[in-house]
Amino acid sequence: MSTPDGKSISLSGITKSWGDPPAVDHVDLEIAAGQFTALLGPSGCGKSTTLRIIAGLEFPDSGTVTIGGEDVTALPPAKRNIAMVFQSYALFPHLSVAENITFGLRTRRVPVGERGERLKRAADLLELTPYLDRKPSQLSGGQQQRVALGRAIIAERPVCLMDEPLSNLDARLRHEMRSEIRALQQKLGFTMVYVTHDQVEAITMADQVALMNKGHVEQAASPREIYDRPATVFAARFIGTPPMNLIPIQAFGEKAGTLASQNYLIGIRPEVMHLDADGPLKATVVEAEFLGSETLVTCEAVNSRFVVSASGGTEVGRGESVGIGFKQSDMHLFDGDKGARCDGELSAVAAALCG
Amino acid sequence: MTRRIEWVHAWLLLLPAMVFLFTFTHLPAVRTIIDSFFSTARGRRKSVFVGLENYQQLIDDPTFWKVLANNLWFALGTIPTSIAIALVMALWVNEKLAGRSFIRMAYFTPTVLPLIAVANIWLFFYTPGFGLFDQIATGLFDTGQHNFLGNPDTALAAVMVVTVWKEAGFFMIFYLAALQTIPPSLLEAARVEGAGRWTIFWRVVFPLLMPTTLFVSVNAVINSFRLVDHLFILTGGGPNNASSLLLFYIYETAFRFWDTAYAATLTVVLLVMLSLLAIGQFFLFDRKVHYK
Repeated sequence: MSTPDGKSISLSGITKSWGDPPAVDHVDLEIAAGQFTALLGPSGCGKSTTLRIIAGLEFPDSGTVTIGGEDVTALPPAKRNIAMVFQSYALFPHLSVAENITFGLRTRRVPVGERGERLKRAADLLELTPYLDRKPSQLSGGQQQRVALGRAIIAERPVCLMDEPLSNLDARLRHEMRSEIRALQQKLGFTMVYVTHDQVEAITMADQVALMNKGHVEQAASPREIYDRPATVFAARFIGTPPMNLIPIQAFGEKAGTLASQNYLIGIRPEVMHLDADGPLKATVVEAEFLGSETLVTCEAVNSRFVVSASGGTEVGRGESVGIGFKQSDMHLFDGDKGARCDGELSAVAAALCG
Repeated sequence: MTRRIEWVHAWLLLLPAMVFLFTFTHLPAVRTIIDSFFSTARGRRKSVFVGLENYQQLIDDPTFWKVLANNLWFALGTIPTSIAIALVMALWVNEKLAGRSFIRMAYFTPTVLPLIAVANIWLFFYTPGFGLFDQIATGLFDTGQHNFLGNPDTALAAVMVVTVWKEAGFFMIFYLAALQTIPPSLLEAARVEGAGRWTIFWRVVFPLLMPTTLFVSVNAVINSFRLVDHLFILTGGGPNNASSLLLFYIYETAFRFWDTAYAATLTVVLLVMLSLLAIGQFFLFDRKVHYK
């Protein structure tokens, strides 16, 4: 298929509320042309509303939406040159697969000949050719999903929006479709905005992840950046399985010294911690969970719990005292009150704790 | 053994409904067909078998043809109108608007009220000179008096207006229920694909309402032959049978002129027509209707 060049999308100061608190609260977000951006967050964080505002299905109370440099804040969905895939697929049950896919071409009065050609290409691409005469109810969930994709890509729009498109599929199909959608997006080159609550989906598919919480963007960055340098406590807790440990500085005992008066949280990922009798952090084992290649050891130090991902062969008993070691460079420091990352004080704190 | 008990249970469960169905539907229907081949019993004369004589009388009866034609016009006038109005009203009250439940209730009121009672109110509306319609007409255009119900040219139309008013609200409820089962994401998808309101209605909403349209139209056809209560109040079938319908004529023949055999013959015609229409509608529509 021909390649529609993606268009950039920019949200600035978007607010939408149906009551208190607002569903979307002063969201600013830049989505680069031709990139895959995932809106990630727990349910109720405003990610779907943000997508619907980009689509024009909801209008923001304040703020502007621009697509490809053009202000589209007041335009209806049809004038925004976008395609959208819905969570429920939203296929027309009375129309055949072919009619569903070409629905938009027909409403936009694309000549019949061209319609047929494009349908053939889209159907070939999505392997839907044998099913074109069927009704959606005669298709499996995965095939229905492809029809919805077909309807989105046939119009060759520069922007494609997807609202949790894989959440109704089983785990195996979801895995398959994940790589398929990513491949499709890269092949056709459109800008993708993809809503999901599944961090694995977001991290594996996206160029940029916009992590949302309570109506605002916590962090918008590449998956690697979010993993390596979470900007907030929320981001640190949301990304990673198991997520990053956030240990109050008081847990380090006398090593914390005068810093213990501050409400600092030390962030360290379970996978970079190891059991080391000489390590700076002393704790008691609460539980050890053997998973084969690794053992997740839950430890407790001064009323705070954290998880250490030790090697599979590690044997520790409940109640055992252990030391925990880690590299200074793997430490993150957060302000416990504001929830923000504090890189400025990191080196001083790290030196005090590990030195 | 257990099969036999199940068999008995099945019949026992069917029995109450069957008793009523047989007593009040099947038996009278069969009885009517038999009666149509006999003469009416009068005083000393017993009812005797007369073969097709009643049917011969029916073919020669100009009043029968008149009421049949009336009924045809009545059906043509009321069915499409009430369905179209019902659909428009349903689309309107399905939108978000102020006082929505009040408007829905107002639309449904004619269904709840007894037709006999509202016919009396409509009688006042139609009253020549000081009825509502004449008040408005004379007030605005100074057109003088109209006797809508007393004029053979307008009597049937006046009766049809009352029927449409009565039925549209009832059909609206079915359309409203059907509209609410259409997922909003379908309409949103259509909007994203560039469809305007008109296209969305004709290509998405209307096809999805087809099962309801079939149901409603079957009901409307049956009602157009069944609903005659208001004739008793408004016109009594007059003037000169101008507003009489088949069922009303059957009632008059049977219980005013006491010609029960001829009434039975007319009833057979009504039965046959209604069955054919219902079967025909299902065969005609069924292929075009999308069921979930």
